[in-house]
Amino acid sequence: MSEGIRIKKGLSINIKGVAEKELKKVPLSNQLALILDDFHLVVPKLILKEGDTVKRGQPIFYSKSNERIKFVSPASGIIEKIHRGDRRKILEIIIKTNKDDNSIKHKIPALEKLNSSNIISFLLDSGCWPLIKQRPFDVIANPEALPKSIFISCFDSAPLGVDFEFILKDQIESFRYGLEVLKKITSGNLNIGLSEDQKFLHSELNDFNKNIFSGPHPAGNVGIHIHHLDPISQGESVWVLKPEDVCIIGNLFKTGEYNASRTVAVSGPPVKNPMYFKTTIGTKLSTILKSIEFDNHDEFRIINGDVLSGRKVDKDSYLGFYNNNISVLREGNNYKLFGWIPFINNNVPSIYKSSFGWLTSSRAKDYDTNLNGEERAFVVTGEMEKFFPMDIYPMQLIKECMTGNIEKMERLGIYEVAPEDFGLIDYASSSKIEAQSIVRDGLDYLIKETL
Amino acid sequence: MNIRGIVDKMKTPFEKGQKLEKLYPAFNAFETFLFVPNHTSKTGAHIRDAIDLKRVMITVIIALMPALIYGIYNTGYQYLYQTGESFNTIDAMLHGSYKIIPMIAVSYIVGLGIEFAFAVFRGHQVNEGYLVTGLLIPMIMPVDIPLWMVGISVAFAVLIGKEAFGGTGMNILNPALTARAFAFFAYPTYMSGNQVWVSEASNVDGVSGETILGMLAAGNSPDQYSMLDMFIGSIPGSIAETSTLMVLIGAFILIYTGVGSWRIMLGSIIGAALTGFLFNLWGANELMSFNWFNQLIVGGFAFGVVFMATDPVSAAQTLKGKWIYGILVGVFCILIRVFNPAYPEGVMLAILLMNVFAPTIDHYVIESSVKRREKRFLSKLKTA
Repeated sequence: MSEGIRIKKGLSINIKGVAEKELKKVPLSNQLALILDDFHLVVPKLILKEGDTVKRGQPIFYSKSNERIKFVSPASGIIEKIHRGDRRKILEIIIKTNKDDNSIKHKIPALEKLNSSNIISFLLDSGCWPLIKQRPFDVIANPEALPKSIFISCFDSAPLGVDFEFILKDQIESFRYGLEVLKKITSGNLNIGLSEDQKFLHSELNDFNKNIFSGPHPAGNVGIHIHHLDPISQGESVWVLKPEDVCIIGNLFKTGEYNASRTVAVSGPPVKNPMYFKTTIGTKLSTILKSIEFDNHDEFRIINGDVLSGRKVDKDSYLGFYNNNISVLREGNNYKLFGWIPFINNNVPSIYKSSFGWLTSSRAKDYDTNLNGEERAFVVTGEMEKFFPMDIYPMQLIKECMTGNIEKMERLGIYEVAPEDFGLIDYASSSKIEAQSIVRDGLDYLIKETL
Repeated sequence: MNIRGIVDKMKTPFEKGQKLEKLYPAFNAFETFLFVPNHTSKTGAHIRDAIDLKRVMITVIIALMPALIYGIYNTGYQYLYQTGESFNTIDAMLHGSYKIIPMIAVSYIVGLGIEFAFAVFRGHQVNEGYLVTGLLIPMIMPVDIPLWMVGISVAFAVLIGKEAFGGTGMNILNPALTARAFAFFAYPTYMSGNQVWVSEASNVDGVSGETILGMLAAGNSPDQYSMLDMFIGSIPGSIAETSTLMVLIGAFILIYTGVGSWRIMLGSIIGAALTGFLFNLWGANELMSFNWFNQLIVGGFAFGVVFMATDPVSAAQTLKGKWIYGILVGVFCILIRVFNPAYPEGVMLAILLMNVFAPTIDHYVIESSVKRREKRFLSKLKTA
């Protein structure tokens, strides 16, 4: 076990409505969906069409850039509808489920006889591949280039973060088996990031390479772990997985079936009974949200993911492919008279002591989605650095992403960052800069120009 | 009808496709002055901090208030004291207000006029930065400067110092100091010498309105002022720079709220104190042997490092860079004071000089991080 790494820069945001450790099983919803926004830059080539029956684990489409990367159905049923947007771009693939639960059964491989390319082929065929993402670029991993190491962060430091120890507790065997599989893929390290207080995981994962991280958010972000343990240089790649996705891979190698089960926490200030639900990837959100009681308020925002880096969705939308949480916030679309004057509006928390909000800073707060200002030029310098625990200058990198100067982006460390690492910068910026989308555009530009 | 309703009604002609659409930035400035808008986050983080530029700037203005109020009082006090008439605090405040409020009005009218014109012309929102700049400019001028000179200095600072570089956030030099430097070099007789620092001093026979640094440069020692006078600020000087005490209250507000950079302030004090101390040891003339602690509390040093050097745009932008920048501001301030007796106040030129070098400081700070990354990359290549 390596020495613990203490993160100093950052900020833990304490929001009301953290999920209670209480798990409710949700029956299979009658509709599921694969949302294409989840698979950044993937251009889908359909294998099945509307009206086709589909088994659990059966490929529905593959990626145009690499046809080995297949995307499979999380449940058995019929492809009910393929939603398309402008220029017939596919947005969502809706599956009407049935109770039969037919599934594709693969031959259970003997793990000890497999080498890394056998394992990768099996993951690709079974549809588990999209669960593995890569850095740089924060996209689905490229199966043709082996990574120098694999990282899994088992704790979530984001506001309203989920408790992975709780999620993994009753599937720890699958988790361990999944880790065994991943260990065989890479010749480098399989690094697992843990926080100090995860006693259960510490004791269960003794035969793996554990790394302890402590400190404020983003201490749990896998990008921070990579930066401190095995930083990425140009031409290298690292693969990353979410803990529950390791369980899906473990299950696949044990049972030969793709089992898209997902534990998801519903949390946020307007949620009266925040808790965990056991469900399936792509489930219709309404089947989960009907067990939730909300405060009396007109408008809510439902977010697939956490409040810093998640994606806003409609309430009749579907659970995302990767996220373990659904966050709910009040929409802050109201005006505040003279709200910009210091020490007025003390209920809106601030990292600056320009309101009396800090007097109650230890208490969990109610946040809404108001921007609390308008976008302006970069003025307050140095503020981004305080929330970015990497040896990288975030403001300068953001500026180069805006101008699209590839050489400078590379020099400033673009390969080491993912948009989610800039979540706190979005939050804290006094100029209301959209750092995450600027970095995403910068990464996309880099992919377009260099690959 | 409530205020919001009235504003919404007024907004209609400024909206897209309406006849006053072009003037929308001007209306927007007015609207967002009244209300924090109802904008919600669209992309990126869904929650946002309460801070915005308006609040940053207004916090700086609050921090400036003690120095401004004392400056108004001191202006009156210096004038009335030298006339020899008996007077009370209210008399002093009244005389000071009579001199200073027109200067502030001119600064805001000219400066905001230009800002609004550029915002409308370029189609962007009015940036709040000028709220601070516009107050700073009169505060660092001698009290008797004609109002038209204030106006021209402001216009120069905003047009050449800021908008020519692309507007707020892009300027190299601190706009307020640009205004002062412009006035200093364009109208030297109004900006330096013995007669300008006390209101209408030249009309009163036999009165010396020299600043302490001016006396030192001329080889006299400022015996009539105690250290306490210098600290409290009942000495001649630019309007709001004299009181170190009031500046410290402002510094406390800036540091406590987190708006001002304590790194720059502390760095400057360390730099100036060390340089002053070394000159004390040398002690070749009055300025060199002037106690290093007194160096920190006379002239514009305190005001400059707290309110001017900390301008986040023209200072170094990296946290490490801010330390280096601060220390160098302090060092150069004392160097200029000691070695350039023709212009005994060093802080303005020291800050402007470091403004120019701030990007270089940042370059080397960032380059050290880039070098570490390159080294790692090269060592990988070797082992591979």
